[in-house]
Amino acid sequence: MLLKRLTEAMGPSGFEEEIRQVIYEEIRDHVDRVYTDALGNLIAEKDGTRPGPKVMLCAHMDEVSLMITHIEPNGLLQFAHIGGIDNKILNSQPVLIGDSKIPGVIGSKPIHHQSPEERRQPVGLNSLRIDIGASSREEAMTLVEPGDVAIFATQYEEIGERKAKSKSFDDRIGCAVMVETLKKNFDVPTVYVFAVQEEIGLRGAGPAAFRVQPDISLVLEGTLAADFPGSPGHGKATIQGNGPALSVVDSSSIHNRKFLDHMVQVAEANNLPYQYRKTVAGGNDAGRIHISRAGVLSGVISVPTRYIHAPAQLISLDDYENTIALVEQFLRSVEQGGLGQ
Amino acid sequence: MSDLNIRETLLELLTDWGVSGYEGNITARFRKALSYFTDDIRVDKLGNLIATVKGEGPEPRPKVMLAAHMDEIGLMVTKIEAQGFLRVTAVGGVDPRTQMAQEVVVHGRDGDYVGIFGSMPPHLTSPSERGKSAPLEDMFIDLAMPEERVREKVRVGDLVTIRRTPLELPFDRISGKSLDNRASMTATLECLQELKRLHHQADVIVVGTVQEERGRLGAWTSMFGIEPDIGIAIDVTFGDMPGAPDDASFPLDGGPCIFWGPNISLKVARSMFDVAKRLNMPVQKELGQRESGTDVDSMQLTGAGYPTGLVSIPVRYMHTSVETVCYRDIERTGQLLAHTIAGVDRAYVEGLTCFLKD
Repeated sequence: MLLKRLTEAMGPSGFEEEIRQVIYEEIRDHVDRVYTDALGNLIAEKDGTRPGPKVMLCAHMDEVSLMITHIEPNGLLQFAHIGGIDNKILNSQPVLIGDSKIPGVIGSKPIHHQSPEERRQPVGLNSLRIDIGASSREEAMTLVEPGDVAIFATQYEEIGERKAKSKSFDDRIGCAVMVETLKKNFDVPTVYVFAVQEEIGLRGAGPAAFRVQPDISLVLEGTLAADFPGSPGHGKATIQGNGPALSVVDSSSIHNRKFLDHMVQVAEANNLPYQYRKTVAGGNDAGRIHISRAGVLSGVISVPTRYIHAPAQLISLDDYENTIALVEQFLRSVEQGGLGQ
Repeated sequence: MSDLNIRETLLELLTDWGVSGYEGNITARFRKALSYFTDDIRVDKLGNLIATVKGEGPEPRPKVMLAAHMDEIGLMVTKIEAQGFLRVTAVGGVDPRTQMAQEVVVHGRDGDYVGIFGSMPPHLTSPSERGKSAPLEDMFIDLAMPEERVREKVRVGDLVTIRRTPLELPFDRISGKSLDNRASMTATLECLQELKRLHHQADVIVVGTVQEERGRLGAWTSMFGIEPDIGIAIDVTFGDMPGAPDDASFPLDGGPCIFWGPNISLKVARSMFDVAKRLNMPVQKELGQRESGTDVDSMQLTGAGYPTGLVSIPVRYMHTSVETVCYRDIERTGQLLAHTIAGVDRAYVEGLTCFLKD
């Protein structure tokens, strides 16, 4: 099960070793060339039958996660965020630490020992610890050391109706769409970039785009679906189940209107559902790719994802399949001279 | 019959659910485990599970009751919102901040359904909002199903528990939901196992009590029905951790905590300290100045009053889904109880109510 393999693999920003290997094994038999660069981006190329235009697809492999920063004399582990995490979602979560995936839990003070004021405050990072059962620093050091990274211990599972739950759909869902896409053949040259370090400032995609020098770039993301109670009006970016989301503007890019209009046309011509991503919040790798070298014509398609950056994220399998279909039709349109390249 | 794997039984008990008033699954699992030790098992009108293991003494034999509550804290559905999102209320002392972003199981009309406590992505919250925690009333559960299906499967009043597979951590630790009080139920099994190789005069009556988290109701009626000579409650107490009060928290792997204060018979407590010393077992002293907040509150005051004892197992992160215990403490608790019971005879029991010197 591709989504299970991709979402359960470990890949904190800058520590993408495991997820990179998992993706490599998925794709190596389907592409002409696959290699990594100095940052650890995984780049796969398919030559096609024509010289151009060259299309670069990009999804990031890394995930929001934690790093062990200090081991206390009592054996508890202090940690820091890697990427944007709200401390509220850390309380009482199981985690897996380091390459050998040592299990641990994030504990908190029992409600019995809290004052009424304390009960109203979220528990801050300075009072959250990971407990691996060690009684002392010496015991803990036999299994863990500062600098080890930790991920949420969430498992992939299909729940409810046509929905799937796992960690890191942001952006393993984009990786999955790319894996399915690169199994298909296109006349135009295609390059698939599985980028590192998106969650800590869009750091991997820029160098990859500089190397690849694409004519057109398409970024695939798992984006905000805040179609739930209490969400601010401006935050209801996408509606889960309403199809792939097309970006207009976000915190990293004002997206190219010509590209956007073309995507809409492709969706409508193929009877595929789509929606606009209706918030400015959040950015993605397109922010770096579209200003690479002399500039790249770029766009973004996202799978609406509820509870991104939390341990249990939720996607619609219909949205996922429609995104795969839309990406294929987009590439077919480029084969036929779409986007005027 | 092959021996019961008690550690495995704990993991099974942690996987089951049994919110106060709905302890049925736990009762069934506990009954199965107890049947390795006796055929004399019954359930009283409130749902307390009562298993008797006969002693070797002449009739009338002393009776020692061991009470471990079977219920756990949880949530109950109060409303189904538009789009099928659920609102819930707490059953027992639930900290809403430990529910955020958790996977849950909604125990619906004809089956269990997995849900997620929705959380606002950090992209959409201001720094000041991140500094506030949501009360339970403002939180919601996402069942990933259309509203009409949710209404078909889930009713107001259905129970909800955190979905947590028990975790075996390094250093003999076990983490999961409801170690409060499945750890203590397990200690009673360890006790019965140890008693198999000891001689004991007294009958041992193990009671899985109901509705402790809602006011120690089950202990009250079971004590009244059994009329034991000694009633000992087994529960969990606070494991030490940063921010915990020094005088009311105990290191894991430091051994069972024997309660010392007005809620118990000091004679029984002294016997347990003596036994521990003889066994060379580490134990800790938990001090109380009033009720202990456990089943022993009601047990002591049932009917005309009873000599009681309380042994607690240190658990970190109480009332969360990652309660953490050291299994050695559970084994030690079982051994402490067994060797204490082995010392109980008619004369000992009579001594418990004698306070005057001639």
